[in-house]
Amino acid sequence: MPILDRARAGVRALVRLIPDRWRHSPVWLNLLYVPALLLFGVFILYPFIRGLMYSFTNWDGYSQTYKWIGWSNYRRMFSDPDVARVIRNTFIYGLGSALFQNIIGLAYALFLNLNLRLRGLTRTIVYLPAIISPLIMGYIWYFFFQYHGGAINDIVLLFSDEPLNLLGDPDLNVWMITIVNTYQFCGVAMVILLAGLQVIPKDFQEAAKIDGAGALARFRHVTWPLLAPAVTVSVVLNVIGGLKLFDVITALTNSGPGYSSASLSTLMYLLYFGRQDAGYAATIGNLMFVIISVVSFTILFYLKRRETPLA
Amino acid sequence: MRKIAWVREGLALLICLIHVLPFYILATTSFKAHDDFSSKWVAPGYLYLDNFVNAWREAHLDRAFLNNVIVTAGSGLLIVLVGSIASYPLARYRTRLNRAVYGIFVSALIVPPLTILVPLYRFMVDIGAMNTLWGIILLHVTFSLPITIFLYTGFISSIPFELEEAALIDGAGRFRLFYLILMPLLKPITATVIILTCVNIWNDYQFSVFFLQRSEMHTITVALSGFFSQYNNYIGWVAAGSFLGAVPITLVYLFLQRYFIQGLSSGAVKG
Repeated sequence: MPILDRARAGVRALVRLIPDRWRHSPVWLNLLYVPALLLFGVFILYPFIRGLMYSFTNWDGYSQTYKWIGWSNYRRMFSDPDVARVIRNTFIYGLGSALFQNIIGLAYALFLNLNLRLRGLTRTIVYLPAIISPLIMGYIWYFFFQYHGGAINDIVLLFSDEPLNLLGDPDLNVWMITIVNTYQFCGVAMVILLAGLQVIPKDFQEAAKIDGAGALARFRHVTWPLLAPAVTVSVVLNVIGGLKLFDVITALTNSGPGYSSASLSTLMYLLYFGRQDAGYAATIGNLMFVIISVVSFTILFYLKRRETPLA
Repeated sequence: MRKIAWVREGLALLICLIHVLPFYILATTSFKAHDDFSSKWVAPGYLYLDNFVNAWREAHLDRAFLNNVIVTAGSGLLIVLVGSIASYPLARYRTRLNRAVYGIFVSALIVPPLTILVPLYRFMVDIGAMNTLWGIILLHVTFSLPITIFLYTGFISSIPFELEEAALIDGAGRFRLFYLILMPLLKPITATVIILTCVNIWNDYQFSVFFLQRSEMHTITVALSGFFSQYNNYIGWVAAGSFLGAVPITLVYLFLQRYFIQGLSSGAVKG
C-alpha cells in the first residue's frame, strides 16, 4: 500500500517538526478525547444553550421567525394547573417507583441470597422485563388494564357488576403506570442489591451470630450499613429512570385523559408536536432539567453521606 | 430443616409465576382468533397464527428489524471506539484539565438528554439528519458516552501502569501503548459497555419516534406504536406485534444472561 506508506511518512515528517521536548509530552494523548468532546458539544451543549434561548420566545417549532417574550413562558408555567398536576405525576413516577422497586428488589435479593435451587431461574425471570422495550411492556400491560375484556377486569367482574376503569380514572392511572414501571425494573434493583450482598464478607455475619445477634439485628447492624453503596446506585438509577418516564405512559394512556397521567417528558412532547407550542415546550424541558438534576443530586449526596466505608 | 427448604423453593416458584404472568397473557392474546371472545386467562385450544402474519406484514416489521440492527450495531461500534480512546488519557493523565473534562462527561449521567428535545429537534432538521440512520446513530453514541467513559475510565484506572511503563521504556510511542498493551485488556469491560448501552439503543422509543418519522426509517418500537394506534381494535394483532418485537432481545438475553447480570452488577458495584 504505497499510499498508506507515504501518508505514514508524511505524518512522521510532520511530527519531527515538533520540538523534541514537546514531542514526547503526554498532552498529545488528549487528542483521543476530542471526538467524544465534539459529539458532546454538538449534540448536547449547543442544543442546551439554544433551548435556554427558545424558552424566552414564542417560537412555534417550524417558522423561521419568533418574538422575544421575556419571562412570560416561565410565568405561564408556574401558574399552569396542568403543569402542577404533571409535576406531581413526575414525582410519583420517579420517587414512587424507586421506592417500590427497591423494597421489592431488596426482598428478592435477600431471598435469593439464601441457598436456593431455583435461584438462577428466579433471577433470570425477574430481570427479564428490564431488557424488553418499555413501550412493548406498556402494550403487554394494556391487556391487563383494558376496560372491556382486560385480564384484571375479567376477575373483578366475578365479584362486582362494574369493571374498573383503571386507565381512564385520573386517580388510578398514574398508579397503574407506576406499577408497570415497578414490575419492569424491580429486577434491576434486585441484581444490584444482590451483587452488593455478595461482596459483604461472610465473617461479619458469623461474628455477629456468635455475639448472639438475631436475624433482624444482623440485618440492621451488619447487612444494611454494608449494603449502603449498592442501595445508593440502585435508588439513584431508579429515581432517574422514573423521573424521565416516557414510553410506558405513551403506550398505556398517551398522557390522558387530558393531561391526567402526563409526566414532564410527555407533556413537553405533546406541547411541541401536538400544539406547536415550541417555546413553551422548551421551557418545560428546562424545568425538567432543573428538577431531575436537583432531585438526583440531592438523593445522591444524602445517600453517599450515609455510606460507611468497609474498613 | 428440609421442610423450610421446600417452602423456600415453593416461594421462589411463586415469584417466578407472578413475574411470568404478563408474558402468559401476551401469549394467549396473540394466539387467539379475532372472533374468540373468551377471557385472556384462557389459553386457546387451537393453533392460530394469522395475528403474527398480519402484524408482521402491516407493521412492516422486516424493515423495522433491519433498521434496528443497523442502528444498534453502528452505535455499539462507535460507542466502543470513541468511548475507549477518550477514556485512556482521562484515566492515565489526571491533569486538572482532564479531571474537568471527565467531570463534564460524567455529570451528564444524571440528566437525561430528553430535556433538550425541542432545540435538538430543530438542530437535527438544520443539519439534514432527520429521518436518517446516521443521525440517530450519532445521537445514541453521544447520549451513551457518559456511562461508557465512566466505565472505561474506572476500569483503566484499576489496571497497573507497569505494563505500559515497560513498553514506554522499550521505546513505544504513547498512542501505541494504548492499542498494543491496553486494548486487549479491555475485553471484559467492553462486554459490559456493549450490553448496558445496546439494550437501551435496541429498545429506544423516545428518540426514534422524533427523529425517524418516515415509515421506511422506522425501528421496531416506532413501527409498533404506529401499528398500535392504527389497529387499536385488533387486540390480537397488537399482541402478536409486541410478541414479535420482544422475541429477539429475549433470546439474546436467555443465551447470554450471565453477561447481562454480571455487566449490571460490575457496572453498579464500581459506581
